Amino acid sequence: MADTIAEKTRLAEWVAAEAKKAGAEEVSVDILNRRDIDVEYREGQLDKLKEAKQNSLTLGVYAGNRYSSSTTNDLRRETLPAFIKNAIAETQYLGEDEFRSLPDPDLYPSETPGDLDVNDPDYASVTSEQRVELAEKIEQAALGMSDQIISVTSSYGDVYFESVKLLSNGFSGSSTGTYFQMGASATVKDPEGGRPEDYCYVTVRHFKDLLDPEAVGKEAVDRALGKVGQEKIATGQYPVLIENRVAGLMVRRLLGPMTARAIQQKQSCLQDMLNQKIASSYLTLTDDPFLPGGIGSGYYDGEGLAIKKRVLIEKGVLKTYLVDNYYGKKLGMEPNTGETFNLTFDLGRRSLEDMVKRVNKGVLINGFIGGNMNAVTGDFSFGITGVLLRNGKRDKPVNEMNITGNITDFWKKLVETGNDPYKYSTIMSPTLRFNNVHLSGN
Amino acid sequence: MKTGITRRSFMGTSAKGILIPTLVGVGVNHLACGPGPEDGTVTDYMNHFGVDEKTIQEVIGTGLSKGGDYCDVFFQHTISNNLSLEDDIVSRAYSNVDFGVGIRVLKGDQTGYSFTEEITPEAMKMAADTAANIANSGTAAQPVELKYYKTPDYYPMVQTWEDTEIQLKTPLLEKINEKILGLDQRIIKSSVRFGNETSWVMLATSDGRITCDMQPMVYVRSGCTAEQNGKRESGGKSYAARRGFEAVTPELADRLATEAVADAVLKFEAVKPEGGEMPVVLGAGSSGILLHEAIGHGMEADFNRKEISIFSDKIGKKVAEDFVTIIDDGTIPQLRGSINVDDEGNDSQKTVLVENGILTSYIHDRISARHYGLEPTGNGRRQSFRFEPVPRMRTTYMLNGPHTEEEIIASVEKGIYAKEFTNGQVMIGAGDFTFYVSSGYLIEDGKLTSPIKDVNIIGNGPEVLSKITMVADNFELDDGTWTCGKAGQGVPVSMGLPSAKVSSITVGGVS
Repeated sequence: MADTIAEKTRLAEWVAAEAKKAGAEEVSVDILNRRDIDVEYREGQLDKLKEAKQNSLTLGVYAGNRYSSSTTNDLRRETLPAFIKNAIAETQYLGEDEFRSLPDPDLYPSETPGDLDVNDPDYASVTSEQRVELAEKIEQAALGMSDQIISVTSSYGDVYFESVKLLSNGFSGSSTGTYFQMGASATVKDPEGGRPEDYCYVTVRHFKDLLDPEAVGKEAVDRALGKVGQEKIATGQYPVLIENRVAGLMVRRLLGPMTARAIQQKQSCLQDMLNQKIASSYLTLTDDPFLPGGIGSGYYDGEGLAIKKRVLIEKGVLKTYLVDNYYGKKLGMEPNTGETFNLTFDLGRRSLEDMVKRVNKGVLINGFIGGNMNAVTGDFSFGITGVLLRNGKRDKPVNEMNITGNITDFWKKLVETGNDPYKYSTIMSPTLRFNNVHLSGN
Repeated sequence: MKTGITRRSFMGTSAKGILIPTLVGVGVNHLACGPGPEDGTVTDYMNHFGVDEKTIQEVIGTGLSKGGDYCDVFFQHTISNNLSLEDDIVSRAYSNVDFGVGIRVLKGDQTGYSFTEEITPEAMKMAADTAANIANSGTAAQPVELKYYKTPDYYPMVQTWEDTEIQLKTPLLEKINEKILGLDQRIIKSSVRFGNETSWVMLATSDGRITCDMQPMVYVRSGCTAEQNGKRESGGKSYAARRGFEAVTPELADRLATEAVADAVLKFEAVKPEGGEMPVVLGAGSSGILLHEAIGHGMEADFNRKEISIFSDKIGKKVAEDFVTIIDDGTIPQLRGSINVDDEGNDSQKTVLVENGILTSYIHDRISARHYGLEPTGNGRRQSFRFEPVPRMRTTYMLNGPHTEEEIIASVEKGIYAKEFTNGQVMIGAGDFTFYVSSGYLIEDGKLTSPIKDVNIIGNGPEVLSKITMVADNFELDDGTWTCGKAGQGVPVSMGLPSAKVSSITVGGVS
């Protein structure tokens, strides 16, 4: 792999040099190569087998305060000169913008960190038979669970990627990584009509960290069976638990308004909220890009900026905006990267089950469907599925309801975080408890 | 036979090498002008992709060499250009060139798929060999004779994007921006995004059919933020069509500016409705999102052959009032959701899903049509050569009904009128679907009163269909930038609806 990275770096250097010769003042070059393999299993046989490699090269051109970027998937040296020439040609008809320039080189990483443990050395030894066998085992386990099952589709997939980034004012970096995914979705009969479905999918960075296929198949079916007989309940204010695997949605809705672009374009409900309370003191959100084996781990961002561990929200207080190079310059704010990598939470002491036990009458939300948020005001409304909780127990499945509110008001209603961070995502949320949440039903 | 003709020869400077992976800025130099395959004949497409019939036959032969019963080879070349204006400057351009071939092998309902970004005989055969692995019987197939099939043209162009230099496009963005800022004192920010795309695709199947298609697309989105008494609201409007540069008109600029501003400033007056079940009146046009989510996805036949759709057992059954007829149509001229041919080489068509209240047809891809022993409906679509086709909608709409919009509004004592939408989603098996209303009005005592904003509506597909109690005579197609996502693939779609009433559905609100 080292040699193919070196080869990509040489290509990036060559493209940068050619672009400069052709009139670019500064350039960025990103080269990405990935291999994807996906297997699906259904009704006791292989349903889909998909495998391919792909490439891309993106060239950013800066000339005379003008900027454009172009991507091609043809990386051959004989065709690239025409691509470069056209990338530069298209730049000259754009408007001049004094903020269009590469980042300050002082913001680039000064050293490569230690091993982030995101590249599985065993990737190359995973065989086609193993892939199919995993999917088959998941399906078998699922089908054995219940005679109410209508259909199960199980899947296995893996990804290997290599990327290099070159910035002509002083950065050259590379990364390689692997992802492995497994899961199933199940559909079951509901005597009341309807065919409720649910799923279980996990993503990890190492093959050995995949779960027991039986457990995955069973969880998908268990969840689908748990929805049999679902119905909406009365409109009202309820205490709400949001299960860890879906809670990321509500976190993401805070991140968009935190970006420098949203602030600069006056499209953010978090305008002028730095160092203000935007959530209850139970919310401390930290971004840890160096988490070993983290789904989002890395050491530089999409613009080449060095990234570091940082607290975004501390006991409910907004500590930073997510500032990228361009909008940072426009706002006069120091760029600190506009992205997040592995979001971690301050955890509570209780498990999901213990949290359920403490709800007298409320709803455990286990899925979101559709809905949206107005980023300028923070008003949101999302569809949900879940379970009605009564006297500390799961009472019956609910569906066809909406959760509605304002994002900062909503986060101020957070009263507990669980001890169960969801580790298969870049947002490692635990189960969350909120009080007085508005749910619309009948 | 022209072996050794690779991508280089058509992207390069040979006499026939017309296309360059260039985008905007064509004409700046003299490398890149001219359309794709000149007169749309298969020879031009073959030259464009640097292949010949024999090579394609060999690739199909490799695909079927392990016992597969069908193989198709999908060539694609796409050039897209995007421009964005913020703070009065068109200061970002993004261009993309995508080129490759996808090879699919079917064995019954099973799919093997691979693609390559290098269109050389070797790379294609390697990909075909990978896709072939879905089967394992080892019986080789006979070579097929390929026959060119000419498709109709639902999106003729006056001026292609390849003939349109970047300098011609930037004034549109500037004009919309200027207009937005001039329309209302309360506007504090304006933005415009513009994009055009052209795809050349050629598909060869082991049934012996070759089809070719040139697919244009243009989109424009205007956006703005307004401020009043320390409060802010944003608005926007988008437009998309399968058209060339002739789509860019002063009227378009006016409309996108005016509607974005109106959308933003109206929200200052808006209230949030009380949440719960109530009648909802859907305004004509983009309310077609209701059909897309409530019934369209559930009618995609892959879900039905697997019996995982709530509509799996409903063909031939009465699902709605007599005046409800719902159609999925790929043949409406210049519309974003239109296709000349689907991505499996089948004719685009007008497919009736519900006729006078009775469920009549699913929308099929090749696998499902074969499964049900039916003719394909031309709905086998894919995002790109990187994906296998699956059943997808095109333009989904409802025909006019017997009522008027006035009558419908007057029939509602307390409810909402939904006008603008941002997105929707559905769960196929349970039938639960949502759509998000970014703006609309309250209906009180049969009249539109306060504007409303930001409510999600959630219902159950079959239930809501049966509750469409009134349909007006004011049918409108929507020309927004709708993209439908399924199984990780996005495809362009359109929708339309006359004003209609759903007698009861759950509206997200506050108490």
